[in-house]
Amino acid sequence: MEEEKVIEVKNLSKHFGKFKAVDDISFDVKKGEVFGFLGANGAGKTTAIKMLTGIWSSTSGQATVAGFDINKNRNKLKENIGYMSQKFSLYEDLTFKENVRFYGGIYGLSNKEIKLKTEEMIEHLELDNIQNTMISDIPLGWKQKIAFSVAVIHRPKIVFLDEPTSGVDPITRRQFWDLIYETAESGITVFVTTHYMDEAEYCDRISMMVQGRIEALGSLDELLTKHQAKNMDEVFVKLAR
Amino acid sequence: MIEVHNISKSYGSVQALKELSFKVEEGQLYGLIGPDGAGKTTLFRILTTLLLADSGEATMDGLDVKKNYKKIRKMVGYMPERFSLYMDLTVEENLNFFATVFQTTVEENYHLIHDIYQMLEPFKKRKAGDLSGGMKQKLALSCALIHKPRILLLDEPTTGVDPVSRKEFWEMLKKLQQSGLTTLVSTPFLDEAELCDEVALVQNGQILKVDSPHNIAMAYPHRLWQVKSGANYKTLKILKEFDHKISAFAFGNVVHLATNSEVSEEMIEVHLKQNGVEHIQIKPIQAGIEDVFMDLMQ
Repeated sequence: MEEEKVIEVKNLSKHFGKFKAVDDISFDVKKGEVFGFLGANGAGKTTAIKMLTGIWSSTSGQATVAGFDINKNRNKLKENIGYMSQKFSLYEDLTFKENVRFYGGIYGLSNKEIKLKTEEMIEHLELDNIQNTMISDIPLGWKQKIAFSVAVIHRPKIVFLDEPTSGVDPITRRQFWDLIYETAESGITVFVTTHYMDEAEYCDRISMMVQGRIEALGSLDELLTKHQAKNMDEVFVKLAR
Repeated sequence: MIEVHNISKSYGSVQALKELSFKVEEGQLYGLIGPDGAGKTTLFRILTTLLLADSGEATMDGLDVKKNYKKIRKMVGYMPERFSLYMDLTVEENLNFFATVFQTTVEENYHLIHDIYQMLEPFKKRKAGDLSGGMKQKLALSCALIHKPRILLLDEPTTGVDPVSRKEFWEMLKKLQQSGLTTLVSTPFLDEAELCDEVALVQNGQILKVDSPHNIAMAYPHRLWQVKSGANYKTLKILKEFDHKISAFAFGNVVHLATNSEVSEEMIEVHLKQNGVEHIQIKPIQAGIEDVFMDLMQ
């Protein structure tokens, strides 16, 4: 039986004038997979993510995400994905509950569903004491866990996480990854970028972009064997330097 | 030399710094290591005389940050966390601007930034706003150095920076240190602690520990094991249920298990096998800064 593909990318490119930000990349991501999307600053990751999340159109090539064409079906696509990053996640001047209500509403959840989700999250993330606290007053680590749960509130097929743990303390970073694994086990595909190479090693498969192209793609063991490296940090340095 | 003595600072009900004390010797590369919200930026703003502490004292090369703020501003190079150069000026214009503000010229101190600026030279006519992340960082460092500061303060220079550029940046810092510059650098990356002469581990406005990275690692109080198997997440879950564990944390594709000294390799292996884990490799290891940090946090 062939595994269900949630992302299919074929010869995707994005050019800005003469500059090829994304240069003919192809790959698939399977349902329930934790897919690590690595690369140096300026390698083209952000451009690729902007195309895969339906924000930018491609110069050439095709891609479908959650079954929808990234150029033709952008609105449908956006309804079926989740997104969070360190920079953009929750509204700082709303409380936890208000944020859930807002995002739940945007993604078309009913009032009943929103109430249920709110209760679920309070219990799961132990938010009893801070449910009515302004997000700006909540510590970063906690905020990021809430932002992640909000990003999957509508049970999307796939969630994009762009450096979700940047600056987060080491214990909370690991708790965050527990959430990632739980989410993936529940069938939501996780597409994640990070500059922490230990986190890259938690992924089922890892891809590495260098100057607009995907220079490596495989499981951790495959990449270590292929590049004769001890860990992902060495693989990264070998490919990017 | 930087001396910080019992510095406290609150914003409303939030206590950002709680009686922080430490000392950076002349010529040291000193690391302030901790997650966001630890109070690192608040401390930098106090040391650069941009913010007043509620209580406590701090001196830079013997000068009080409150009484001698004008002198301090002339002798300190500061690279704030957020990119703070002029986006609509070119690389060259930014550098000239900072040199002029400090009443010097780029030519006079060019030798200080030569190695770093060389990498920027091909882009000197480009606007700062159009540079890549790594290039912006190099320009910001050049601008912080152009007036020949005696003390360099770098607030999270490697946040959001990829592993290769991070390594290059630390190589630059090591090189700068040879000129006798005193450098205080903050970072949320615990692996960077090992590149400093001395570090302060900080969290929630308090210092957890101050020492050389080597001594900090050696002072780890438990026996530490590295456990590897084909199924890391499962192994982690099962080790968390191990009766004799003090802590179990994932480290990439292995687990670090802390136990007391009575636990043997066999005991761990038996526990894992009983719970269906196969292909097990266990070995005792020396703790790193991240192990210590997490132990101190708990």
